[in-house]
Amino acid sequence: MMVFGPVRRRLAAAVATAAVAAALTGCSSPATPEPSGSTAVGGTITVFAAASLTDVFEDIAEDFEAAHPGARLEFNFAGSSALATQINEGAPADVFASASPATMKTVADAGNTDGEPVVFVRNQLVIAVEAGNPKGITGLADLTKPGITVALCAEQVPCGAAAKTAIEASGLTITPVSYEENVRAALSKVSLGEVDAALVYRTDAAVGDAVEAVDFPESAKAINDYLIAVLKDAPNKAAAEAFVAWVLSADGTAVLTRYGFQLP
Amino acid sequence: MVTDTSSGTGPSALDSPTSTVDRRRPARRLARRRVPAPLALPAAVALAFLVLPLVGLFVRAPWPTLPQRLTEPEVLAALRLSLVAATLATAVCLVLGVPLAWLLARVDFPGRRLARALVTVPLVLPPVVGGLALLLLLGRRGIIGQWLDKWFDATIPFTTSAVVIAEAFVAMPFLVIAVEGALRGVDDRYEEAAATLGASRWTTFRRVTLPLVAPGIAAGSVLCWARALGEFGATITFAGNFPGRTQTMPLSVYLLLETDPPAAIVLSLVLLAVSVAILVALREKWIGSPA
Repeated sequence: MMVFGPVRRRLAAAVATAAVAAALTGCSSPATPEPSGSTAVGGTITVFAAASLTDVFEDIAEDFEAAHPGARLEFNFAGSSALATQINEGAPADVFASASPATMKTVADAGNTDGEPVVFVRNQLVIAVEAGNPKGITGLADLTKPGITVALCAEQVPCGAAAKTAIEASGLTITPVSYEENVRAALSKVSLGEVDAALVYRTDAAVGDAVEAVDFPESAKAINDYLIAVLKDAPNKAAAEAFVAWVLSADGTAVLTRYGFQLP
Repeated sequence: MVTDTSSGTGPSALDSPTSTVDRRRPARRLARRRVPAPLALPAAVALAFLVLPLVGLFVRAPWPTLPQRLTEPEVLAALRLSLVAATLATAVCLVLGVPLAWLLARVDFPGRRLARALVTVPLVLPPVVGGLALLLLLGRRGIIGQWLDKWFDATIPFTTSAVVIAEAFVAMPFLVIAVEGALRGVDDRYEEAAATLGASRWTTFRRVTLPLVAPGIAAGSVLCWARALGEFGATITFAGNFPGRTQTMPLSVYLLLETDPPAAIVLSLVLLAVSVAILVALREKWIGSPA
C-alpha cells in the first residue's frame, strides 16, 4: 500500500491532466465556429516533407493552424527518398513535399499521388562554411585544396545528386570525408567545426548563425525543383488540399521566399 | 495449474548440473507440455512479433538477382568493414570492460552504485545522441579532440577508428553487465581459498576468477559483437559515411533504401545471415545451449 501510494497519486494527477486537456480541446475545437466561407477544414493533416523544408513548413503551419482552428499539422521530416519509400510502402500520409522531381516521380509512378504534383519552390546549392569563413573559401576550386575537409550529401538524396551535377559541371574532383545521409547532417558537420565546408541548399545555410553561405556559379547547373502533392490514400483529403492550396497561395509563398527559396 | 508446472520443473531441475539433465528428460518434457494459457498466448504473440518482420524480408527479397548483387565490390567492402569494426570494438570492450565488471562486482568503493548506473547510460541513450556526445568529446573541436588535432594533427571523426569507438561505446554496457552478472553468480569461496593459499589478488583474478566466469564473458562478447555489428546511429553521426572507410552494412542499408530498396533488402539478409551464423556457431562452441 505504501509503495503504491505515490504511484496512485501520480496516476490520479495524470488522469486529471488528461481530463482537463480533453475539456480544453473539447471547448476549443467544436465550440469555436468555423469562419464563414471556409469549408470545415479540420483534423490532423499528416505532411511528409523533405528535411530542407523543416523550418519553413513549421512556420507556415503556424499560420495555417491560426487560420483553421480545427486543423492540426503533423510533420514527418526526412530525406525525400526515405519518405517516398515510406509512402510507397503504405505510410498514412496526406501530403508529400519532395526536394526533387525524381523522388516525387517514384511516388507518382506508383500511383500514390492524387493529381499532378506541382513545383512550388526552387532551391540552389551553396558552399556552407563556418561563420567568418576562416579558411577563405570562395569557390568550388578551394574545396580541392589539401587540408580542406568537405562533407557532401550522399548521392542517394537530392542534395547529393545536385552536388554531383554541380561538381561535374565544374570539371573538378572533390573527395569528401563523408557522404552524409541528409542535408541537415552535412550542415551540422560544418556548424560543429568537424569539416571546413559542405554543399547544402541556400535555405539550409541560412538557418542559424554558425554557418554562412558562399555562392558558386556552377550551382546554376543543379537547381532543385521542390514538388508538392496530395496523396491518393490521404486519410484527410479535404484538409490536405486546403494545406497545399495555402502553401501555393500568397500566404505560403511569402514565408517561403523569406526563408530564401526561389519561386518557380 | 501454475503451481503444478513450477513444482515439476522447479528448483531441483534448475540447480541440477547439465549431466543429470539428460536422465531426467522424460519427466521434464511431460511437465513442460503443460503450459498455462496466460503464458502461452503472449509468448506466441511475442515470437510472431519478433519473427514475422524477418519473414517480410525473405518474401520481398529479389532472389533472381541475388548472387550478382552479393558480389558487388561495394557490398563486400561494407561487409568486410562491418565484421572488422565489430570485432575490434568487441576486443576494446573486453580489454576495458572485463576489469570494469570485476571492479563493480568485487570492490566496494564509494560511488559504486552510481558507477553501475552510469555504465548502463549508453543502453538507454539514443545512439544518435551517443554519436553526438562522442563528436563533442573527440571531434575536431571536441574537449579532447581539439588537443589531438593541435598536438598530433590527428582527427578521429570520419575514420575507421571512429567506427570502432562508436560501436564500442554503445556495445560495452552489454559486456560489462553480462560479466558483472557472471561474477556475482560465482561462488566467491574459490577466490577466498586461492587467497588463503597465498595467491595475490591479480593471480586469483587470472587463475581462478577468469576461468570461472569464462562462459559469462563469452556470452557478453557475443551480445557485444552483435550490438556493434548492427550499430547505426552513433556511427553515422560520429564517423560519417564513406564507402570502404566508415560505411558499415547498416549505413549502406539505410542509404540504399533511399534509391534501391531491393538492394537494401539483399544487404539486410546478408547481415542477418552472417549474424545468425556466427551467433549459432559461438553458442554451440562456448555457451552451450540451455535446451
